[in-house]
This record gives sequence, structure tokens and C-alpha cells, in this order.
Amino acid sequence: MSTTPAPASAVPASAAPVPATPRPTGRRPWTRGRILVHLFLGVVTLLWLVPLVYAVLASLRDYQFTAEHGYLSFGGFTLDNYATAWESGGLGRKFLNSAIITVPAVVLTLLLSSMVAFVIARFSWRINIFLLAAFTAANLLPPQALLIPLFKMFQSIKLPLWLSSSGNLLDTYAGLIAVNTAFQVGFCTFVLSNYMKALPKAIYESAMVDGASVWTQYWRITLPLCRPSLAALATLQVTWIYNEFFWATVLLQSGDKLPVTSSITNLSGAFFTDNNLVAAGSVLIALPTILIYFILQKHIIGGLTLGATKG
Amino acid sequence: MSTTPSTTKKTASRAPRGPASLSGRDRLTVALMVIVPSLLVTALVWVPALASVALSFTDWDGFGSLTDANFVGARWYVDAVTIYPAFWPAVWNNVIWLVVLVFVATPMGMLLALLIDREVSHTRFYQTSLYLPVMLSMALVGFIWQLMFSRDQGLINAVLGTSIDWYGNPDINIYSALVATSWRHVGYVMLLYLAGLKGLDPALREAAMIDGAGEVKTFIHVTFPALMPVNIIVLVVTLIDSLRAFDLVWVINRGRNGLELLATEVTRNIVGEAQRIGFGSALATIMLLISSVLVAVYVRVALKEDQ
Repeated sequence: MSTTPAPASAVPASAAPVPATPRPTGRRPWTRGRILVHLFLGVVTLLWLVPLVYAVLASLRDYQFTAEHGYLSFGGFTLDNYATAWESGGLGRKFLNSAIITVPAVVLTLLLSSMVAFVIARFSWRINIFLLAAFTAANLLPPQALLIPLFKMFQSIKLPLWLSSSGNLLDTYAGLIAVNTAFQVGFCTFVLSNYMKALPKAIYESAMVDGASVWTQYWRITLPLCRPSLAALATLQVTWIYNEFFWATVLLQSGDKLPVTSSITNLSGAFFTDNNLVAAGSVLIALPTILIYFILQKHIIGGLTLGATKG
Repeated sequence: MSTTPSTTKKTASRAPRGPASLSGRDRLTVALMVIVPSLLVTALVWVPALASVALSFTDWDGFGSLTDANFVGARWYVDAVTIYPAFWPAVWNNVIWLVVLVFVATPMGMLLALLIDREVSHTRFYQTSLYLPVMLSMALVGFIWQLMFSRDQGLINAVLGTSIDWYGNPDINIYSALVATSWRHVGYVMLLYLAGLKGLDPALREAAMIDGAGEVKTFIHVTFPALMPVNIIVLVVTLIDSLRAFDLVWVINRGRNGLELLATEVTRNIVGEAQRIGFGSALATIMLLISSVLVAVYVRVALKEDQ
């Protein structure tokens, strides 16, 4: 999955219409089968953790020590790699760049997709299914296949130099934010329209009696009700756009604008072949998404399976 | 796309109110709510997609006026399949990518989901650990696996006592990249199946078990068919991801020397030393053609309930 990130999909509404029924959680005997299952799961899980644990361990060790004694030794523990990685990789600036790109892109994505989703869910016009298909499909096209025209388009959109050092839309945050938004709107529209369709139609009736405009219905009634869904999508989008690599790599050309994820290739150059520094850099870059995952686990899983909540 | 809803007819079945019954201000609101996002997606996704197709039949050099470009027919397509040295390796690598993800990583994710779902409790640790790689970007996955694969400092060579250049050797680096990709893909598939399994009626499986069907039989005849929409979505997502694969190999070596993929070859033709617009667009169009079939299947399944 590039970006893909990501790739982006949800279990469709049709996949899981039945809410999970609580299954008996009483004490079940530890049969041989169950022990074998846990053994298998345990071994696979440990294998899966090896690269991550190894990265953390390597990041905590002194290069001179591991170069001399090899990685299968013990000792040489230090925190210096983190300080060096932070400084030589310019990570402070790059984290800021990631925020400059991610925050507006996520806000715009949610705003635009919730508006389309509202219209699709609130009204039953024939164009709705076509709109939904066009938005959902746009999210799934290979970005590389759109690169050449988009690159040329951005190059030909002239901007004054005080706005863009390149004189055009290439190498600007605005251009990258717009592309990220355009790509992610489809997924969010799909999920949000499913969620909004599940809201009872009756909630709009009293509002209409009171003469509430369409905008009021959207802003004051629908959006607040969609808070769980919006929270889940926001979490998911933050990680996806933070992780986005391709567009940032090709659209931003000056190194000082790159977000952390796409400055990775520069980092390995900055770190020569010091794998302990590479490891420290990797851990620092992974930290935000992993923290988000542990804090907002419910939202993330909920977000990926949101299609399933259609009642 | 930019047709305003106010010009469309209402369907009588579900809508008590058509656009005609909206006040002027509301009609404007609705129109803007649809048109602004539509314009963005049209301008930045659909227009470039169609432009890729159009450019693939021209000899536009990328700098002169577009009106000076000539129609060259299928020249770039012929060049791609006959002359361009990286084309067939790239196609072949995409096929290997697809086969490994579909036949190794995806079943693995499904198996893990089934086992975790069957155990019901005490599975939090497994789920969290297996899902962790999914939180990382593909680029970072490539970076983290470099610590495992590095010839001189990597863990694998240290444990095996070998000195294989896993990322550098053109005969094997595609498989090293696939190990790294699968590491992430398995968790993603597992999550989608876990969600699907939660939605299944447990009575279905219990009935089959009572009828004396073993676990394997129950899976083949009951669980798997009941999960069909999830199966299709997972399969299509896997195929699309195999076609879009890019980040990982770009981080390793910019997709050269054994790691050529369609996506890296398209990119090389615009952000490289030379801009070959027509040729790159022909490769892009080939990607678009393949993906349009997959996207059509995805949209059909995903939107089924709306029709």
C-alpha cells in the first residue's frame, strides 16, 4: 500500500450488517488445540515484532561498540544516536513540515467530504450514485499514473515569487495539500455517506418545520451527530497523510520543505552507513503514528471498519 | 461531475423532496457543497487521468506549446514493449509482487484473523503487535528492514553468518522487498477479516459444527462463502496495492537494479534526467487500464447497497 499509504478501503456496508453479538466468554478448557493456536499466534507475533524491537535496540547502541563487537553482543548503550539523528537529519524542521501539510489537508478533506456525503445521504437524486462512484474511484487510482499531467499542470500555474520560490505551484505546500485532499476526499465521502444514511430521517423534519436552511441542517444537525465517524476518519487521515510519500517526494523539490516521511531517503545519506543512527531516525519518525495508534486504537479500527456500521 | 443537482431529476421512490422544492438559497448551498469538492477531484484526479491517456498518443516535449504536439499513434506503446529495457522486468516484478501478496500474505492475514477470532479472548497482544507495521509508512518499512537486510550490519546476516546483499543483489532483492511489504500487508488483511468475522452470525458456524462438519469443512463451506464481500474487497485492495507499489522500492534504490516496477518507471520519465512525456504517459495509461478494471469491481461491491 502506498500511501498509502495508502491504500484505502473499508469493509463495505454489505460486509457486516450484523452488530457483533457477544459470544460466551466463560472459561473454556485449555484443550491441546487451543494451546497449539496460542503457540502459533505467539510465535508469529514474536517474529513480527523482531524488526521493530531490533530497530529500537540498535538505536540505543553506540556505533563504535557494535562495529567492534557485532550486533549480537551486549553493551554500548547510549541515547546519543537520538540527539545526532535529530540534528543531522534536521528532524525538528521536518516534523514541522509534516504538520504544515497534514493538518490543513485533514481538515479540508473532512470538510469537503462531509459536504458531499451530506448531499448524497440527505437527498435521493439520481446523480448521487454517480457522484459517490466518481469520488470513491478517484481514491483508488494509482497516483503515479496521474503524475505527468499533474506535474506539468502545477508547473504551468504561475504564482508570484513572494508566494512560491519556484514561481509556480510545484514545490509549494498549497499544491501538495490540494493533491492529498483530492485523493482522500473519496474515501471519506464513502464512509461518511454510509454513516449519514443510517441517521434517522426524522431528525430533519422538525428542523424543516422550524425553517432551518440546508446549511443549518448540515452544520448544526448532521455534523455533530457524525462526531464518532469524523473522529475515526480524522485519526486515520492523519496517519495516512503523515505517511504519504509519493506526492511529497515528486512535488516538493527543495529539501527544507520535505515532511519527515519523504525525507527518509535523504536521511540515509546524512547518516552514511551508521545503522544505529538510521534506527534512531526510524524510531523517531515512527513514534507519532505509533503513539496515535496506542492512544486512539479504537478510532483507528473503527475508522477502517466504519462501512460496517450502517444500520 | 459538475452538473448541479438542481438540474437533475429526482427519483420518486425515496425522496419526498426534489431540488425543485428547495428554496433559492438552499439550492445554491447544495450546489456549492457538491461543486467545490467535485471541482477539486476533477481537476486533480480525473483530468490528469484523461490527460495521461491523451498525452500517450502525442510527441509533446513538455515545454513547447501543446498545440505543436503531433499525434504519433501507438508509437510509445510499441517502444515500451519492444525497446524499453525496463518494461518487461517491471511488468514481471509487478506480477511477482501480486502473486506473493495474493497467495502468501493475504492467506496468512486471513489465517491469523480466523485464529484470533476463534480464540475470542487473550488476543489483544497478538492483534496489537501484528497491526503495528500497518501504522508505519511503506517508506519507513523499507528503512526499518534495511536494518535486517544490510549486508555488513544487518541482523539476518549476523544470525546466519552470511554476507548476502539482500537489498542490493538484483536476483533476490525483489523477494527481500516482498518480505518487507508482506510484513505490513498481513496485518492489514488481518484487520479487514477480523472486522468481517465479527459481523458474521455465530449461529451459522455453530449450526455447521453441530451437523458434524469439522473446522476446515465449516470454513470452506460456511465461513468463507459468508465472507464473500470481504474476500472481494481484500482481493481487489491487494491487487490495486500491487499495481501501485512504489514507496518501498523507491526508498531502497529508486527502483533500479532488479527492483523496477511500473510505478517507478512512470516516475522516472518525469522526475528524472530527461522528461519523456509521451512515453511516460503510455506507461501511465497501461497502469490506468489495469486499475480501472479493479476499481470498477471495487466500486460495484462497495456501492451495492446503494443501488
